[in-house]
Amino acid sequence: MSAPTVIAQGALEQFGNGLKFLVSSNTDEYGGGQVGGPGEVWDLLSKHLELSGFAVLIAVVIAVPLGLWLGHLGKGQFAASTVANVGRAVPALGVAAFLFAYLGPSKSNVIITLALLAIPPLFTNTYVGIRQVDRDVVDAARGMGFGGFRILLRLELPMALPLIFGGLRTAAVSVVATATIAPLVGVQSLGTPLIARGVYGSAGQIGAAIAVALLAIFCELLFAGLQRAVTPKGLKLGGEQRHKRRALTLTPTRKVQTP
Amino acid sequence: MSLPAVLAQSSIKPRDRSVTGCPQNNDLCPGWIADNVDRYVDPFVRHVELTALALAFGFPIAFALAVLAYRRRWLVGPITATTGILYTLPSLAVFFLLQPVTGRGITTATIALTSYTLLILFRNIMLGLDNVPAEIKDAARGQGLSANQQLFRVELPLAAPEIFAGLRIAATTTVGLATLAFLAGAGGLGEPLFDGGDGIVFRGNVVFCGLLCVLLAALFDLVFLLVQRLASPWQRVGTA
Amino acid sequence: MDAATLELRNVSKHYPGAPKPAIDDLSLEVGAGEICVLVGPSGCGKTTAMRLVNRMIELSSGDILLDGRSVKDRKPAELRREIGYAIQQIGLFPHQTIAQNISTVPKLLGWEKGRTARRVDELLELIGLDRSLAKRYPAQLSGGQRQRVGVARALAADPPLLLMDEPFGAIDPINRERLQNEFLRLQGELRKTIVFVTHDIDEAIKMGDKIAILKEGGVLAQYAPPAELLTFPADRFVEDFVGSDRALKRLALQRVRDIDLWKAATVRVGEPSAEVARKLEDADVKYPLLVDDHGKPIGWLSQRAWQGERVTHDLRSNADPIVELDDILRDALSDLLAKDSRYGPVVDKDGCVAGVLSIEALSHALAANPEDLPSPSERAAAELGE
Repeated sequence: MSAPTVIAQGALEQFGNGLKFLVSSNTDEYGGGQVGGPGEVWDLLSKHLELSGFAVLIAVVIAVPLGLWLGHLGKGQFAASTVANVGRAVPALGVAAFLFAYLGPSKSNVIITLALLAIPPLFTNTYVGIRQVDRDVVDAARGMGFGGFRILLRLELPMALPLIFGGLRTAAVSVVATATIAPLVGVQSLGTPLIARGVYGSAGQIGAAIAVALLAIFCELLFAGLQRAVTPKGLKLGGEQRHKRRALTLTPTRKVQTP
Repeated sequence: MSLPAVLAQSSIKPRDRSVTGCPQNNDLCPGWIADNVDRYVDPFVRHVELTALALAFGFPIAFALAVLAYRRRWLVGPITATTGILYTLPSLAVFFLLQPVTGRGITTATIALTSYTLLILFRNIMLGLDNVPAEIKDAARGQGLSANQQLFRVELPLAAPEIFAGLRIAATTTVGLATLAFLAGAGGLGEPLFDGGDGIVFRGNVVFCGLLCVLLAALFDLVFLLVQRLASPWQRVGTA
Repeated sequence: MDAATLELRNVSKHYPGAPKPAIDDLSLEVGAGEICVLVGPSGCGKTTAMRLVNRMIELSSGDILLDGRSVKDRKPAELRREIGYAIQQIGLFPHQTIAQNISTVPKLLGWEKGRTARRVDELLELIGLDRSLAKRYPAQLSGGQRQRVGVARALAADPPLLLMDEPFGAIDPINRERLQNEFLRLQGELRKTIVFVTHDIDEAIKMGDKIAILKEGGVLAQYAPPAELLTFPADRFVEDFVGSDRALKRLALQRVRDIDLWKAATVRVGEPSAEVARKLEDADVKYPLLVDDHGKPIGWLSQRAWQGERVTHDLRSNADPIVELDDILRDALSDLLAKDSRYGPVVDKDGCVAGVLSIEALSHALAANPEDLPSPSERAAAELGE
């Protein structure tokens, strides 16, 4: 048999074992207990979602009102792009390890880390979403006697919703992906079998990797659907054009990324 | 079944008792780091290598895809979807999913990091090309530039700001992700940041390596910014 | 390169899925060195028709001949390098200097550097732009300057045919008029064949040797010189499109020197009165016009001034308005109306009386055969000759 075929067969077998890990429990590497199977996967998944959920919730509570407020006032252009850039440059693992080193292993450390990760995309998207609302429309509303708060609530917020949900989508997907590293700082998540090879074996690693990948894709699709659902019909029509203009006007040298 | 204690044990190596001096007390230890700066050089170089390789492979691929999609619009959807999935997959998962095929090491890490840059680069190159004003494209075509001449002489130079912005985003993102490359057996700053590689774990490690990562990201950012400015003198002139 | 002839032969453009053609069986010939203006309401396909010529848009049927050669036999990119192209939004390349912008086509044609550089200098002078601007970027120029550079770029390789799509459309009215005049002067020198698209009938009348009026669906309503168009509109559509003031518009096409003026009886102080009566018999105006020793008009004489032996300085009114031979008829008429006068003395360059312009002479001119009217190119050439 040729070398590539051997590799392919080996790989297939490992993936098979990985899938098996997800659906049925096996003896662990020490031979002392049972690992894997729906029960444990479900347990790890719920822990994973708990970390992610709290993190996103905290980020939303902090970033969205701030973005709405600054965007409405038209202040903080510099802050918006700085937050976006710095947020990208600091490695999540660095933050997690830092908190771990100073506060020890705890869920709250991981949640704080993940929330910090989720704040930049949420904040910038909210800010940009408000800023990209046509100033003529806002002027017209003001002319009709709308107050500042009413403009924000009735006009700017609905038009910014698609972008805010775009930010939520980015934030949620990266939080779910990053929660995988929680076991590195002593907190359990779906990443546990990835890190603790000594317990779960290579089947556990592959199985967990598959589970994490599927979870991220599911999350992406879910939030993409949500984003589509909140887009007002009028905005859907000229969608392409609006996106281009936004990217051009807000950050001429740095594009805001909304994957 | 939960075994946090076991996990903490198995994933975080106990401190190496043989190390004496500052790190033993789990402090910042700037002096010790200065004396032992050698142990950070290899991971740093490897980190630069990983980032550079990811961009060196990612850019030509994204570029080719963008040019292709620019000429055949119907490809935009499928390419965005494909690179989008690659972008969505957690890098940590990909590091492990690739191992049965490519084994542990720098190859696996480079493939994963490269796949991660594709969406960012592809989107920004497309955005840059699409943002070239229609009248300029029309004038180029009307004067008899061939399709390739239009692309290379007019559209790409004008798309440079968006393309470089993409490179900068991709570079900083990759620097961050490469901290996990050690889990694929590819080294990088994640190793000393997390467990010291040699089992020497203390707070100073985390702070110092984190700073190195941020510095490296800033450095890549600066280099691309500089290249962009040098390559587009027309952007610096004032208007009449 | 000399000017080329252009012929559109039964040209049609059908977009797949569209219920009606964009261009429907359009035929027209443009002589070498002529300006053909395509004009019509939006959606009439005038720009489409122009873009068919350099194959920016492909023909559905029919043929276009450039100097007798079908454009269909040419490679599009090569064809376009031979045809100057200027558009309303100009489309200068922002990343290239003015000199680089102008040398785009020469570079594509592989001219050697020295020749290209000389050509750039030549064109900058032609469009009246300082040579120091050659190294600037488009963003550093004013709108009018950019527009001139756009024209220079279109002229760079000395193309025998120029396509211009509303080239002055984005410029304010005052500068537009200046650019139009400059361009006509330039055309007097260059004598290129030009296809010029506009939606503005006044611009069409001003610029066109011949005007093609298109109606919706790309149907040719009329193809004729401006004067003919204004005098004999082919149908209701053309009549409406040129406007109800089309007779007045014709006045813009001619100068005072172009029409038959009335003869005046010019007299000087101290002339025998008998002479005045004799001169009046020959003249068209029933009042004698007093002039000074150099023949410059002073005013219309009263009856009393020549009752005695000799003419005295006794005016019934002054000479206003005084009209010049080079005045456009529309402006001259406006002067007459402003002074509430039925006629005014016409003077030549030296200020000497050359005749009298009257409302009657004007209306006579409007009734004249449009064939007699000069084309813009001729007018431009005549001005250059002076």
